[in-house]
Amino acid sequence: MISSEQNVWPAGDVTRVPFWIYTDDEIYRKEQESIYLGPVWNYLCLEAEIPKSGDYCTAFVGDMPVVVTRGPDGGVNAFENRCSHRGSLLALKQRGNAKDFVCVYHAWRHDIKGNLLSVAFSRGVNGEGGMPPDFNVCNHGPRKLRVTTLGGLVFGTLSDETPPIEEYLGEPILARLNRVLRNKPLRIYGGYTQVLKHNWKLYFENIKDSYHSSILHTFFATFKVSRLSQGGGLIVSDSGAHHCSYSLVHQGGADKEFDQEKLRSNMEQEFKLQDKSLLEVEDEFNDDTRAQAVTIFPGFVLQTVHNTIAVRHIQPKGPNETHLKWTMIGFEDDSERLQDMRMKQANLAGPAGFVSMEDGAIGGFVRRGSAAADKESTVVLMGGMSTSSSNSRATEGAIRGFWKAYRSYLGI
Amino acid sequence: MNDTTTDRTSLSAALAELMEDYARAIDRDELERWPDFFETKCIYKVTNRENVAAGYPIGVIYANSRAMLQDRVMSLRDANIYEDQCYRHLLGRPFITHTDGDTVHAETSFLVMRTMQDGVTSVFATGSYHDVLSVTTERIRFVERIVVCDSARIDTLMALPL
Repeated sequence: MISSEQNVWPAGDVTRVPFWIYTDDEIYRKEQESIYLGPVWNYLCLEAEIPKSGDYCTAFVGDMPVVVTRGPDGGVNAFENRCSHRGSLLALKQRGNAKDFVCVYHAWRHDIKGNLLSVAFSRGVNGEGGMPPDFNVCNHGPRKLRVTTLGGLVFGTLSDETPPIEEYLGEPILARLNRVLRNKPLRIYGGYTQVLKHNWKLYFENIKDSYHSSILHTFFATFKVSRLSQGGGLIVSDSGAHHCSYSLVHQGGADKEFDQEKLRSNMEQEFKLQDKSLLEVEDEFNDDTRAQAVTIFPGFVLQTVHNTIAVRHIQPKGPNETHLKWTMIGFEDDSERLQDMRMKQANLAGPAGFVSMEDGAIGGFVRRGSAAADKESTVVLMGGMSTSSSNSRATEGAIRGFWKAYRSYLGI
Repeated sequence: MNDTTTDRTSLSAALAELMEDYARAIDRDELERWPDFFETKCIYKVTNRENVAAGYPIGVIYANSRAMLQDRVMSLRDANIYEDQCYRHLLGRPFITHTDGDTVHAETSFLVMRTMQDGVTSVFATGSYHDVLSVTTERIRFVERIVVCDSARIDTLMALPL
């Protein structure tokens, strides 16, 4: 791959995105340093995954493996899943309950917060060997993350400069998150991981792209789950980094705009569900909003479509692979009817989702289509050049916002 | 060989034939036949070992009626966008865990290879079908088919059912 040193960002600010940004090895390395290990809040897990003292799960901050634990004081801790001695993993399982973490390699023992407690044979054997007398366990141990929780979500940062999460997100985005989470205890319904064979940014852009949803996702538009002609809006944070798009309940009637565009998705007369229960909706947030996606830079998505609620974590795995970890959630006090609806409507989301299976494939189509286009750029002009919020979703404002933030983190 | 063994052997053979026909319907792109393997009221779910171990109810696909399966076929044919692809199911022998009157509980291992447009064939999924079947002299149908994938990872998307 061409080194980014030879590449400069094309003219046109954030309305042109160069294709080398998705494939360059050096850019990937810079992202790890400047974004994931930098002043951002990385999504780690749900508090509901580690409810009891000693519970732990493993997570990723970019390439960095992380252990997230629940301490005896009820607090959440996170530290690098790496023994500071020789670098082996400390937690080998994805989740469990532990009193401490003992490295399997040389038995260096750590407490639940990631503090190194003891080193095997530190005084040697039979008076020989051992660590130097000035070796102090307090000066060793894996890197710790600063942790914050928000409505049952756990975030971590390696940087002292990351502002409090409320400030990081800004009030409008925070409000759209709280609209769903409401500080209610979460229930996990299930999960899976989608393996995408393309760069993480292509997927993040796809979620921020409110223009494509009713065009690519025929199911979405056919059943009026989301159409651009419906009421709704797009909120972009001041930094550009985070966004929310939402659509309101469809008021019924024909859509002149959709007729004029002759879209595949306007053929509902011939397309009727035999089991209509899939499209029943309970207005659980009492605001007529039917679909919403909130993103938190650099890799978190909270999506609600009807009554299905999904957390998606975008995990980069090299320039050309991304893991999308889905966790389907609801609340501990879900009524039986809501539980039922969440089960059925889970069919809308995920790798087999009626309205989202295309999202897994489209980034791959872009990667394959642009294989020889390192010196070309994408065109991001829908809705003008601004990165501001808008009442229309026929815009690429949130994508431009992403690039504005991205470029400021990377200094390019 | 006593009667019970004979019955069991012929039931096992009948189940194996059903499983093969089910796989053929998907592998030969005869998806319209797929819902007919199920009772009107039925459960079809694709999930993974992690969800089962954690007691999480949701899978990648969930249907609680044959109509929902028919809707999925219609959506795949008319609405969803995905690259043309085909599956090759390789099935183990159905293992009958227990029978209860006309209801049979069985488990069958599967390996599904997927071939994409560029000609690449790869292992798409391995796992086990956990089935509850209604058996009459005329036919056998799924009352419940829980597809438990060994891995929680899915490559790109799951368009066709397992």
